[in-house]
Amino acid sequence: MPILEVKDIHKHFGANEVLKGISFSLEKGDVLGIIGSSGGGKTTLLRCINFLERADKGTISVNGKVIFDADQHNLTVEQQRENQLNFGLVFQQFNLFPQYTVLENVELAPRLLKRYPEAEIRERSMTLIKRVGLEQKIDMYPCQLSGGQQQRVAIARALAMNPSILCFDEPTSALDPELTGEVLKVIRELAEAKMTMIVVTHEIAFARDLSDKIIFLDHGVIAEEGPAKQVVDNPQNERTKAFLSKY
Amino acid sequence: MVQEVLLRLCAGFVKTIELFLLTLAGAVPLGLIIAFGSMAKFKLLKIVVRFIVWIVRGTPLMLQLIVIYYGPGLLFHQNIWGMGTSGRFTAVMVAFIINYSCYFSEIYRGGIESISKGQYEAGQVLGLTKRQVFFKIVLLQVIKRIVPPMGNEIITLVKDTSLARVIAVYELIWAGQTFIKSDGIIWPLFMTGVFYLLFSGILTILLAKFEKKLSYFN
Ligand SMILES: Nc1ncnc2c1ncn2[C@@H]1O[C@H](COP(=O)(O)OP(=O)(O)OP(=O)(O)O)[C@@H](O)[C@H]1O
Ligand SMILES: [Mg+2]
Repeated sequence: MPILEVKDIHKHFGANEVLKGISFSLEKGDVLGIIGSSGGGKTTLLRCINFLERADKGTISVNGKVIFDADQHNLTVEQQRENQLNFGLVFQQFNLFPQYTVLENVELAPRLLKRYPEAEIRERSMTLIKRVGLEQKIDMYPCQLSGGQQQRVAIARALAMNPSILCFDEPTSALDPELTGEVLKVIRELAEAKMTMIVVTHEIAFARDLSDKIIFLDHGVIAEEGPAKQVVDNPQNERTKAFLSKY
Repeated sequence: MVQEVLLRLCAGFVKTIELFLLTLAGAVPLGLIIAFGSMAKFKLLKIVVRFIVWIVRGTPLMLQLIVIYYGPGLLFHQNIWGMGTSGRFTAVMVAFIINYSCYFSEIYRGGIESISKGQYEAGQVLGLTKRQVFFKIVLLQVIKRIVPPMGNEIITLVKDTSLARVIAVYELIWAGQTFIKSDGIIWPLFMTGVFYLLFSGILTILLAKFEKKLSYFN
């Protein structure tokens, strides 16, 4: 059974239909790469999956359990928050909390939501911060860190709530080119550790190496999908070919 | 003579400080309620609140004082503020609190609206409740942003307390002015300036300290 199953997701903003029936599934431990030209709906799709937007139509299931159904409006706020915690999201703009240190950023949500006993929260947070290579920086504030370091904190913060599926929306697009490497390295290590992930990215070579499967999203539909290397090296769809020829 | 002047000025100054503190105590929280009103999802409430804020900010505080003190008497042929000094003081407090909460509400609104959507969303995807997002993430960032404009308003308030004089509340300026009539000397009035300078000077230092305390993040 796939860990994630997305079925027929539709989303429109006013007259603009941004997602026109997106369906895909993801196996546990796999990485799904999502590529596509600007405005194709990649961010909107991630936002629907993470409950930041409400899809107009469609369902989302995790481990066979429907956690979102556009036709059902009777979920309580608590149930919704609980369902949402299946996912973690790393934003393009990091969105760290500026008034908190690295450690505090990572610990905030588990502590407020009493996710683990206090001692365990500290231990887990430290482990995560080490994992992203920032154990020297635990007491620094976001404004004292480089973009790459901030994004690594954001990854640790997302992992702190122990999501089943971690989503990235262009995690390196806001970074100087010389800083993308350190972030990509962390994501690659997560993939090696069999973290289930969805990665929206413009780094085609990275997506090709990292992903098990790639989806090419174009004007709100999946124009092509398949094993990563096949989609990138040997695209079938004309639009995919045109898009990839720019890289 | 000097002693007598100082004594009377100090009495006036106490009234000035009282006006100042009570206005802050009322307008700081009331301003927050008005700010939420001016951002309400319910359109009618939002329009009404913004209209009131526009009127209060668009007319002189001096005029508001006069309207609030004399208005009810003219309309209902009855002085709702009660007789004598305490009645006048109540009217002044009402006018000051309404006026300043409207100014504060605009500062709060600006501060709240300046926080990026990403901060709310980051909290939301971590599973935090709306309350937690506001109190644990947004609030301190808002406070940091509103300290400088609030500081300006607070310094203005120090000087605005002198407007209470127009409906005969015996504050600092009034105290200084009485010596012109009674003794024909004007220097006590000039001397009130020293009190205002000292008071606003101390406040400026305190505000700068507070601002510095919040300077560890942006
Ligand atoms: N909140 C919104 N309100 C109205 N329109 C929106 C909103 N969010 C996105 N859109 C529109 O939806 C379309 C898809 O946007 P989206 O951000 O999902 O694309 P994207 O594939 O992530 O693009 P990019 O590669 O530039 O990040 C765009 O036309 C955008 O203008
Ligand atoms: Mg996007």
